[in-house]
Amino acid sequence: MSTAAVTDKRSTLRGATLPRWSPWAIAAGSVAVAIGIGAAAGLHSHVQWGLIAALLFVLATYGIAARVEGRRQAKDRVATSLVWVAFLLAVVPLVSLIWVTVQRGVKVLDFYFLSHSMGVVADSQPGGGIYHAILGSLEQVGLATLLGAPIGVLTAVYLVEYGRGRLARAVTFFVDVMTGIPSIVAGLFILSLMLILDMQPFGFAGSLALAILMMPVVVRSTEEMLKLVPNELREASLALGVPKWRTILKVVLPTSLGGITTGVMLAIARIAGETAPVLLLVFGNRFINANPFDGAQASLPLYIYQQYGAGAEPAYDRAWAASLALIAFVMILNLVARGIARWKSPR
Amino acid sequence: MDITTPDTQEPHPAPRPPAPGRKHTATRPGDRIFLGLSRGAGILLLVIMAAIAAFLAYRASLAITKDHGNFLTTLEWNTGVTPPVFGIAVLAFGTVVSSVIAMVLAVPVAVAIALFLTHYAPRKVSGPIAYVIDLLAAVPSIVYGLWGALVLVPNLNGLFGWLDTYLGWTGVFSWDGGAPRSMLTVGILLAIMILPIITNVSREVFRQVPRMHEEAALALGATRWEVVRMAVLPFGRSGVVSASMLGLGRALGETMAVATVLSPDFLIHGSLLNPGGGTFAQNIASKFSEASEFGRDALIASGLVLFVITLLVNGAARMIIARRKEYSGANA
Repeated sequence: MSTAAVTDKRSTLRGATLPRWSPWAIAAGSVAVAIGIGAAAGLHSHVQWGLIAALLFVLATYGIAARVEGRRQAKDRVATSLVWVAFLLAVVPLVSLIWVTVQRGVKVLDFYFLSHSMGVVADSQPGGGIYHAILGSLEQVGLATLLGAPIGVLTAVYLVEYGRGRLARAVTFFVDVMTGIPSIVAGLFILSLMLILDMQPFGFAGSLALAILMMPVVVRSTEEMLKLVPNELREASLALGVPKWRTILKVVLPTSLGGITTGVMLAIARIAGETAPVLLLVFGNRFINANPFDGAQASLPLYIYQQYGAGAEPAYDRAWAASLALIAFVMILNLVARGIARWKSPR
Repeated sequence: MDITTPDTQEPHPAPRPPAPGRKHTATRPGDRIFLGLSRGAGILLLVIMAAIAAFLAYRASLAITKDHGNFLTTLEWNTGVTPPVFGIAVLAFGTVVSSVIAMVLAVPVAVAIALFLTHYAPRKVSGPIAYVIDLLAAVPSIVYGLWGALVLVPNLNGLFGWLDTYLGWTGVFSWDGGAPRSMLTVGILLAIMILPIITNVSREVFRQVPRMHEEAALALGATRWEVVRMAVLPFGRSGVVSASMLGLGRALGETMAVATVLSPDFLIHGSLLNPGGGTFAQNIASKFSEASEFGRDALIASGLVLFVITLLVNGAARMIIARRKEYSGANA
């Protein structure tokens, strides 16, 4: 190997260390050797070349560092490179996901796609759009927010401002557990109600399930925000003779409004992508149905699933474009929410 | 559920003499209404949880009583025939196997990324990366499913061929050359999906390691890896365990990604590479549209089992977190 031991002559207290450029040199060396081995052995897959290079890099790092710096330093270097590898390994699928979605989504995504339904288009044909799905999603998620957000905020107010004793502890525990309920179970719960009442799928049923999924998320984030409100503010207000409920409404909640808004928006972003309960309860519709209280509706995530299931190339294109629209919606909601959090954060 | 008993004290008649022992006596009507509303919301959450269990159990009992197989051990799912025969053995097996694969793949990588963000990455990079990981946790599962089915699956042929060539003799990795839409594919996809949540919670834990512990180790001449191994990991162990269990809860209940990627078949076989098998959530989503009312009840019965399992896993994770209250990962 080309990297020779370099001892620092100036200090006798420090042990020998490899120069700063040594990881890069070892990396370059192992890539070169791996290409040589790969070409000589006639391996076609470049993944195998990469694996050989990575293996060589780890072995060479350990060997060289163990010779020059000692075993402990060698282990440290190997651990460092493994941590970096883990990070790069995780980045690959995530970058690929975003890249493919954008690349394949922009092919179809235009104003026509956003403003038309699938009413007269067969799945195997190109054309059609997601207007009906966007409409359905907005209505279902909007109704779910109207139900879930107030209940979530009120529960958080109860836990922070009033909550003592067994009831509060039970609520805290079950809110935690509730965050882990699979979305399909929430869907099945509403479905069992619908079976008992003998109802057909409609948009609002989906909203109910989404509201159940939303509540614990809102409770958690609101609770954190309310706890940040300084007690002095409450005491000052109470000392002026303001009733407790007005203190909460006029002092505590306005102080933490930014954080609560952020939490609600993150919760909306989470339920906007839920497919399973919508599949069970809203069922999907090729036509525009603007009434969430009567008849099957479409929804954006469900549209993606159904277009994927159609199995034709134009349908795949539509699925990618709808994914891009959904991701864009969720990401914008996330970014705005975090922006509000930063802008309104208590200093 | 005995937790809701305080509810019965709620409408106590006009509290002129304030009830003794209560610290925050609600004297003004506004106060009473507001307390009632907020406590009512809390109680409503408990009622919803109880109602989920009760209604699922009721509909499930309608199906299970008519089941002519053993609900726990039968290896088929025929709800359309008379007499109906169905059981959850295949689903339980598939759910456990896919989640275990996901955990085995995701936990080490997630812990490494958390370490990378807290102890290895340069300060300037780690902030934005943590931000990106937060955003990735928000990507809807159906998009992961679409990506898994159209991008991941075609790219797995090479890996599956390699595993079959070198590890095929174990039986676990034997492959008959079909489309790679198997339990291993599901496990890989689930691992990618639960990576962000495990990373986020672990990162929070590692960030809480007392600075003194690390500096003490450094002062004794420890290398960075020794600091991690002797100070950071022991401190964060329970946090990592609970983070993993939160991830496990997600993996167990994931529906759409599994439904798009797996090519299901109601059987149990030993190979992870051959298609077939199923999970609770996937089975519900795939069988739902053709199911009769009885078929739906049967699916609800399987959903009840899933509900109980996730309840136990999440409850255990929360118990572990609750011991160290500071880093509740609930909002991750």
